[in-house]
Amino acid sequence: MHATLIRLRAQIVKELLCLLRDPKSRTIMIGPPLIQLFVFSFAMTLEIQNVDLALLNRDAGNASLELVQQLQASRLVKRIRVAQDEAEVARLIDTQEVLAGVILPETFSRDIAAGRSGTAQILLDGRKANAAQITLGYLQSIAGNASMSLRPGSGGELAVVRHAFNPNLIYRWFVVPSLSGILVTLIALMVTALSIARERELGTFDQLLVSPCTPTEIIIAKAVPAFLVGTVLASVMMSAAVFIFGIPFTGSIGLLFACLTLFILSLVGIGLMISSICSTQQQAILGTFAVVVPAILISGFATPVENMPRFLQWLAECIPLKHYLIILQGSFLKALPPAEVFANAWPMAVIAAVTLTLATLFVRSKLQ
Amino acid sequence: MSTATADALSASAPSIRVDGVVKRFPGVVALDGICAEILPGRLTGLVGPDGAGKTTLMRLMAGLLRPDEGRITLLGRDTVRDQGEIAELTGYMPQRFGLYEDLSVMENLQLYAELRELPAAQHKETFERLLDFTKLGPFTKRLAGRLSGGMKQKLGLACALMARPHVLLLDEPGVGVDPVSRQDLWRMVGELTDGGMAVLWSTAYLDEAEQCESVLLLNAGRLEFAGKPEELTRRLEGRSFRIREPAGDRRRVLAQALDLSAISDGVIQGLSVRLVTRAGASIDAVRPLADAAQARVESVAPRFEDAFVDLLGGGPGGTSVIAELMPPVALANDIAVSCTNLTRRFGDFTATDRVSFEVRQGEIFGLLGPNGAGKSTTFKMLCGLLKPSAGSAHVVGLNLAKAASAAKNQLGYMAQKFSLYGLLSVRQNLEFSAGVYGLSGAQKQERIDEMIEAFELQRFLAAEPNDLSLGYKQRLALACALMHRPPVLFLDEPTSGVDPITRREFWTHINGLVRKGVTVMVTTHFMDEAEYCDRVALMYRAQLIALDTPDALKRQVARHDDHEPTMEDAFIELIKRFDAQAAAR
Repeated sequence: MHATLIRLRAQIVKELLCLLRDPKSRTIMIGPPLIQLFVFSFAMTLEIQNVDLALLNRDAGNASLELVQQLQASRLVKRIRVAQDEAEVARLIDTQEVLAGVILPETFSRDIAAGRSGTAQILLDGRKANAAQITLGYLQSIAGNASMSLRPGSGGELAVVRHAFNPNLIYRWFVVPSLSGILVTLIALMVTALSIARERELGTFDQLLVSPCTPTEIIIAKAVPAFLVGTVLASVMMSAAVFIFGIPFTGSIGLLFACLTLFILSLVGIGLMISSICSTQQQAILGTFAVVVPAILISGFATPVENMPRFLQWLAECIPLKHYLIILQGSFLKALPPAEVFANAWPMAVIAAVTLTLATLFVRSKLQ
Repeated sequence: MSTATADALSASAPSIRVDGVVKRFPGVVALDGICAEILPGRLTGLVGPDGAGKTTLMRLMAGLLRPDEGRITLLGRDTVRDQGEIAELTGYMPQRFGLYEDLSVMENLQLYAELRELPAAQHKETFERLLDFTKLGPFTKRLAGRLSGGMKQKLGLACALMARPHVLLLDEPGVGVDPVSRQDLWRMVGELTDGGMAVLWSTAYLDEAEQCESVLLLNAGRLEFAGKPEELTRRLEGRSFRIREPAGDRRRVLAQALDLSAISDGVIQGLSVRLVTRAGASIDAVRPLADAAQARVESVAPRFEDAFVDLLGGGPGGTSVIAELMPPVALANDIAVSCTNLTRRFGDFTATDRVSFEVRQGEIFGLLGPNGAGKSTTFKMLCGLLKPSAGSAHVVGLNLAKAASAAKNQLGYMAQKFSLYGLLSVRQNLEFSAGVYGLSGAQKQERIDEMIEAFELQRFLAAEPNDLSLGYKQRLALACALMHRPPVLFLDEPTSGVDPITRREFWTHINGLVRKGVTVMVTTHFMDEAEYCDRVALMYRAQLIALDTPDALKRQVARHDDHEPTMEDAFIELIKRFDAQAAAR
């Protein structure tokens, strides 16, 4: 048993040196993920602001004036282009000079003054489906506000929305923690996927296989450095989320780190599995991308898993990031109770166990 | 053919003229004032140890580098000024020819035809000519990556010949090529020079250089010799000797002889020891040694290799410091390595077919065979890199299938590529090797210090292996393989592409280790290396077709008594006989 430990230590030192001895590779390992965290945090905005609107106002009454003022005052609207007719509204949308057009008919103020509800027509650019949807929502709430101020006390039918856990719907509260999960996925997969493939390409893998090291030892030694790098990166990113972006952390730090451990182990398993079947580093990089892009898209980061076809929902269960994102977002914003954490943690443990076993078997089969 | 070329050929003027060329790289002068001429219709060898500047000179000739001083003219064109024309007139085959391994043979040919802007109408006829010439016709659909070493070189040659060049530059085409394929390459090049082409063949193998019509011998960026190889060889007249079949340990005789000041170089040749004296020294100094071994000292004809090593200042001494450090190996059983009915199948293909042999302790056992004969597969099974489909392999009595880890602890392994970790420093490589073989604490430190001292690695401890010279890389690889003092050493083409001086140093260590009782298993393409072996197993078509001492194998193919065949002759003849028998059956 003692010999095993000595061999393991030698291999782990070797792996760490391969990864971190060269200052260049050290920089590449730590620098870009942190820069990406900051850049993406600002780039991946789900909010709609500074939209240009076309306005065709056929009405000259009070109500239309109030609505236009509200539009101008809102954060949503940057500029209002006044159109002379419908054709011009259509042209402005066609040429993508505006995202939406608002048309107020002649009867708008009259209807409201008469106690009826006024109708405005809204034209949206369907090419930007998501932005258009959100813009419509904003426009509706602006219209609601306008009607409240026109007829105070009569707005009883208007519901007031309050968002739980993120009352102001600050998108960064959602994006930054998720990004830490995504970036760790990328780095952990890359580091492990390259490790065996690199040795095979350079011929050192044979040297390792003729030594007394067993396949299990080789896999353990390969898992450790990726594990350390992943944990450090994730910790730094989560600290940045709390201390720089000021995102509230409401859950249990201990539980989150336990889950982070499982998460990275499952990634290391997948990475080593890719690496053990690739014979060159190029194959390993391509293999990683074949896995990582769909994994992020199906993880539920951008679109809810519940809306996907049944088949993809099953597939999502095999993706560690899907489970980890639930735990991560829950721990940050809604003090996810331990029971919920466990419900999402055990699938990662299963993934880690299966992939690490398979990677060991693949390495052993190279000896067959 | 342009008229200028025709004139150049008809006048038999030099195809390439190198005029005072100097080439510097940061921190090193790669070529230092080279003047040389290469004639058309002739095979010129470019010889020299690793790092002598052979590749640099070839790249300068091909117009891929610019000389810092001097100029090179190729068929009357300046390689810098008329670079575009140079590319059309020359075929250049770099060491690792740019074959696309994921493309088939035919696709590679097509690609190079396009790159060479060969008119589409000529494709078919050109491909037929080249495939016929290289005998690659049956393999057009095979991926280049799946070809054997010899076939890859032939395909590389075919691609280099695509545009019917007037000058052909081949950079170490013989590396990793078995003797049979090498003969094919020689035949092809012979046909080309007969057609008037100037061919430059660079090599670290001196038996290849000896076959060239003239040679350029480079060392450390200087041209040491230019002319017919025989001229250089003649200088050694009267200095080459052989101690014929000394009784007892011939390796000890060699080691002692090499330590004498009168001897500049020596090798094992089968059961005999071949020696070269220093200029002006007398052979009398070795007579007491020969007398003690009850052997005659006879004068033999010098070889080109003798002259080469002499020109470079002689070989290393005979004592291996590392071997002195090793305690004598004592095994419980006399058999160090054995296999019975060892078989390995890949799908329908049988790579190794019921191979059985035993290797005694303290023996150097060579595994030879052409590319694809199954020697690598057999070797891999013996050191535990592959599991046999049937049969079994034992190292020091331990079954590799059952007690893999214990068996692997008993063997050291060194491969052709040296398999060092380029991302780790020299010291870290040593520490890693010690660690994976379970060494720790004071013992580990002691062994590492021993290796550093024995191989003189002190200066390079912080360097990366890739920055070391070939000789030091080899020392480091050997140090890593010997760290745990294995009783059995596996060497997989250990000196492929290595120059004679480095090779001699390597064999000095191996001979010393064997004298301590270490058993050595070696695969090689290098026939002179087979002479170092006590016994040689020749593999062909997955089978063991001959197993005997090198001298006995040579005797088997000798046509009459005074004919002394080389190991290479024996190799080729035995394979021919096997083929003839198979055809008769």
